[in-house]
Amino acid sequence: MDVRAHISLFDPAVLRGAAGSAVAKLDPRSLVRNPVIFVTAAVAALTTILFVRDLAGGGDAGFTGQIAAWLWFTVLFANFAEAVAEGRGKAQADTLRRTRADAVARRIGAGNAVETVPALELREGDVVLVEAGDVIPADGDVIEGVASVDESAITGESAPVIRESGGDRSAVTGGTRVLSDWIKVRVTAAPGGGFLDRMIALVEGAERQKTPNEIALAILLAAMTIIFLVATVTIEGFALHAGATVPVAILSALLVTLIPTTIGGLLSAIGIAGMDRLVQFNVLAKSGRAVEAAGDVDTLLLDKTGTITLGNRMAAEIVPASGIAERELAEAALLASLADETPEGRSIVALIHERHGVTADAAGGSFVPFTAQSRMSGIDIGTRQIRKGAVDAIKAWAGGALAPAIAEAVDRIARGGGTPLAVADDRRILGVIHLKDVIKDGIKERFVELRRMGIRTVMITGDNKLTAAAIAAEAGVDDFLAQATPEAKLELIRAEQAKGKLVAMCGDGTNDAPALAQADVGVAMNTGTQAAREAGNMVDLDSDPTKLIEVVAIGKQLLMTRGALTTFSIANDVAKYFAIIPAIFIATYPQLGALNVMGLATPESAILSAVIFNALIIVALIPLALKGLAYRPAGAAAVLRRNLLIYGLGGLVVPFIGIKLIDMAVAAIGLA
Amino acid sequence: MTLIGWLQIALAVGLVLATVAPLGAYMARVYAGEVRFLAPVENGFYALAGIDPRREQSWAGYTMAMLAFNAAGFALLYGILRLQDVLPLNPAGMPAVPPDLAFNTAVSFTTNTNWQAYGGEATLSHFSQMAGLTVQNFVSAATGMAIAIAFARAFARSGATTIGNFWADMTRSTLYVLLPLALVMALAMVLLGLPQNLSGPVEATTLEGGKQAIAQGPVASQLAIKMLGTNGGGFFNANSAHPYENPTAWTNLLELWAILAVAAALTATFGRIVGDRAQGRALLAAMLVMLGAGIVACYGAEAAGNPILAKLGLTEAANWEGKETRFGIATSSLWAVFTTAASNGSVNAMHDSFTPLGGLVPMFNIQLGEIVIGGVGAGLYGMLLYAILAVFVAGLMVGRTPEYLGKKIGGREVKLTMLALLISPMTILVFTALACVWPGAAESLANQGPHGFGEYLYAYSSGAGNNGSAFAGLSANTPFFNITIGLAMLFGRFLMIVPMLAVAGSLVAKPKVEPGAGTFPTTGPIWVGLLVGVILILGGLTFFPALALGPLVEHFAMQAGDLF
Repeated sequence: MDVRAHISLFDPAVLRGAAGSAVAKLDPRSLVRNPVIFVTAAVAALTTILFVRDLAGGGDAGFTGQIAAWLWFTVLFANFAEAVAEGRGKAQADTLRRTRADAVARRIGAGNAVETVPALELREGDVVLVEAGDVIPADGDVIEGVASVDESAITGESAPVIRESGGDRSAVTGGTRVLSDWIKVRVTAAPGGGFLDRMIALVEGAERQKTPNEIALAILLAAMTIIFLVATVTIEGFALHAGATVPVAILSALLVTLIPTTIGGLLSAIGIAGMDRLVQFNVLAKSGRAVEAAGDVDTLLLDKTGTITLGNRMAAEIVPASGIAERELAEAALLASLADETPEGRSIVALIHERHGVTADAAGGSFVPFTAQSRMSGIDIGTRQIRKGAVDAIKAWAGGALAPAIAEAVDRIARGGGTPLAVADDRRILGVIHLKDVIKDGIKERFVELRRMGIRTVMITGDNKLTAAAIAAEAGVDDFLAQATPEAKLELIRAEQAKGKLVAMCGDGTNDAPALAQADVGVAMNTGTQAAREAGNMVDLDSDPTKLIEVVAIGKQLLMTRGALTTFSIANDVAKYFAIIPAIFIATYPQLGALNVMGLATPESAILSAVIFNALIIVALIPLALKGLAYRPAGAAAVLRRNLLIYGLGGLVVPFIGIKLIDMAVAAIGLA
Repeated sequence: MTLIGWLQIALAVGLVLATVAPLGAYMARVYAGEVRFLAPVENGFYALAGIDPRREQSWAGYTMAMLAFNAAGFALLYGILRLQDVLPLNPAGMPAVPPDLAFNTAVSFTTNTNWQAYGGEATLSHFSQMAGLTVQNFVSAATGMAIAIAFARAFARSGATTIGNFWADMTRSTLYVLLPLALVMALAMVLLGLPQNLSGPVEATTLEGGKQAIAQGPVASQLAIKMLGTNGGGFFNANSAHPYENPTAWTNLLELWAILAVAAALTATFGRIVGDRAQGRALLAAMLVMLGAGIVACYGAEAAGNPILAKLGLTEAANWEGKETRFGIATSSLWAVFTTAASNGSVNAMHDSFTPLGGLVPMFNIQLGEIVIGGVGAGLYGMLLYAILAVFVAGLMVGRTPEYLGKKIGGREVKLTMLALLISPMTILVFTALACVWPGAAESLANQGPHGFGEYLYAYSSGAGNNGSAFAGLSANTPFFNITIGLAMLFGRFLMIVPMLAVAGSLVAKPKVEPGAGTFPTTGPIWVGLLVGVILILGGLTFFPALALGPLVEHFAMQAGDLF
């Protein structure tokens, strides 16, 4: 399933919609959720009243009017930023809905009439008919019929299972496929367990709740707004001492330029865009909180198979017993594997073809498949029995002890993290095949990056300690958990969390559910069981466990974008003071002209330019807020140095240049 | 600026830095309960008060104990001042202190401000000075230290509920740190020529044949704790400019050291308590950057002096007005920076007579929140609040929830930290604006125009910052100023401490996360630069309009040849 909708930053439809909702968001009930912008709107309203008064009373209405207009623009631009982010989210949500609409179900309505409806419309309690070849549209219980069902999508087990009404084989899972016969299923959870619906609401912004960091940041911004409010209002008192009065419109302009409107206006857009980036990446998060937690992750639990190593072991070498020719072993191993369609079997065939140049003909032989009881497979050609399998199973089958040389080879392979397979011909052990885990390309470098970011990686595997240690060393993970049981996993997560660390993991099985729920970031695979998907706080639609690493990067990027724009916004204030303070008092104290370091044309143009800059910078930063900061994995010190230089120092310098340029334009046009 | 001036400055700063490590280590041992040489006395106090020093308090318990103790101290001092005419040791026959002044003075000394709206030798009896003021000089300083240590513990502990025992911290601060240091210093001061007696004033005949009453008394003992406890309230009105409080260059050097010694050393104590001495050094480095900048600016401005006088052809261009010739330009400027950096408030020169920029430096030091080294304890916890803020503002930039010393900073911490940091600037700005429009307030001003405005601004900055120094041009002993400055002192002290201790309570309960490569670095030059930047931008921008209308406009006017 692919829910990605590629929406350009300047998608005209989104922008048009956003412009409309920017105006709609002027509703005070909507504004009050953002204290900084609410104050801006209140001040804009006040200035508008002053403008009307000036119009009537013959004050400098032209100037007051322009200030009022730009203060309103500041509010509108902030609303616009949020609306653009929401618009892009809505576009994503529509795509999500379409995906859902594709699936259909045959619902049994009143009078046993069967109607075909989109799976989306199924509700709890509905009864659906599923026939051979159909995908079961939702989780439910079989109430009638018997069918064989392919549940490989959730269990990985390719053998079909029987599902029938009554008893404990009645539960079926949405997404699985009926292979034969038919069943009637009563839906117990709406498709996706309501998960997709929640997700749609989330990206649309309808159900967006502020995340912990967002709340903390909002408090900081509100506090700064209060202090600048006091700093501005008290100026009137100070001015009185100097025998002057400052027009309220000018104080309003000063206040709005000082309070952190830039980050205040972009804050929610950044949050929505973060969720959006995750969806672009085909990962659905249940809450913004989960995305934020991803950035904070200290420990990553990664399943060995599929994440660190390729899913299957590959034959790496064959080791003949003493007195056995390598060629004889190769031939036996080949014969035993020719009909073996497992990846391991195929890798043995390939190895022997390539490295030993041996070919064999198994015509007339009958294949003996692997079973959990025998733990070996092979071929019978006439009376000749050739087997390969687990060393102790083959040993028991052949009868007798292993030759010392073989025992030594088995030991060496196991210690190195490999799996030895013994090969026997007519109960005579010829040697062993070395099956090896193959570390994925580039994964080692990823772990180096993660370490540089300060994230510890822990490999989870069912292998024994020896094997696990060898693979862990080869892959370069920081730690490993061998012979991992669901309980051991949960234990490990709790232990890390007790140290104050945040843990991320991914999983798919029902027995992963407790650990997924306990982890701060639990990414469930879309192919996983319903229990796992309910327990996790994210679902990866591609079911690619490697993506956990990118999820962390997206979380970090979200936090970095917020921090950078906050720093930028605060640093901007320095230049605004230098523009406005001399302008306010130049009449009373001409000496303060020395503070007009930008050489702004007139007091009016200085004030107007600062207000215009303050409004336009919001628009200018919308793309950054939506795209997020460029992210590279590096240590905190390096990231801080870089971002502080760009957004801290840049935040100091840019407004000096920007205000000067706007002032030149304002003076040239003759606005003030 | 002269070479000899810079050498004097280097000597004083060097002396302060030299004692940071040993004194800091010693204090860490004191608060861990490892220093016990006065154990019988200490245990006696606990037994008398029925206190178990090992039973620790939650932040709320700690706060209540601190508030109760300070309220009792205020009541006691207020009573002494109101009744000094009937109390013993009143050789000069001083009358009772009037209510508004007694309120102002009692608040002033319990808040470690030592704002003096009165002339010490002309208003107070020896009993009031010794049993009233000097006692508060010890315990108000000890209160500040105790709170700072409790705050430090909040960073050191993981998932705990208590932050220490206020009574034990306070008693140990007094017994093992302040008393021994003050005793040694007082004796040294007597040796260097300060009076220490209980006599009344002596009458002297001046060269012109006039009569002059020269006050004396227990000067050395009060001076020692006045300096060490960043109190600053002088025995004499002229404070450490008075020859009996600061007669020579040697006493001057020792007193300069004493202003910053304990507060600077507390950064090292902090480093030891949190188990990472580099953290303490980083805080001290940030303080020193701002201290150094202040010294350069203030000394530079005073040494450059007044261009108007220079144009008149006077040979000495430097600004000597209000300065003692025995100290000179360099150490007078240095004192002004030290005393305002440290919320001490003692003076050896009159800040009102400094050049506009020279006077801006002390004022700005106070307005930043007294965190440039700061008051004993108060400087450290103020700086820690700024550190939390700096970590929060910029910390998100490394892509993680901001954390300081392994403690994640969440909404609650930001809220309480901002509350604590907002109190002082709001108090200063609102009261200054109030004074500007209050009918009759201007009559207290010696100067009008921007300089008069600067006198208001300085007074409320000094009060809310718990500094206590003054632009002496303001005659502050009026009911309006006694009450408003008294309130400013109370707000600046306790309305800051309570949310700050609540931050401590919130942090101490959090698990302490071990630092890793992804942890926001809070040592090293980048962090120091960031911390200073946040302090200057957030602290400084708040006061930019006020400073522009006071000292800055005065400075530009002076350059243009106008004085106020």
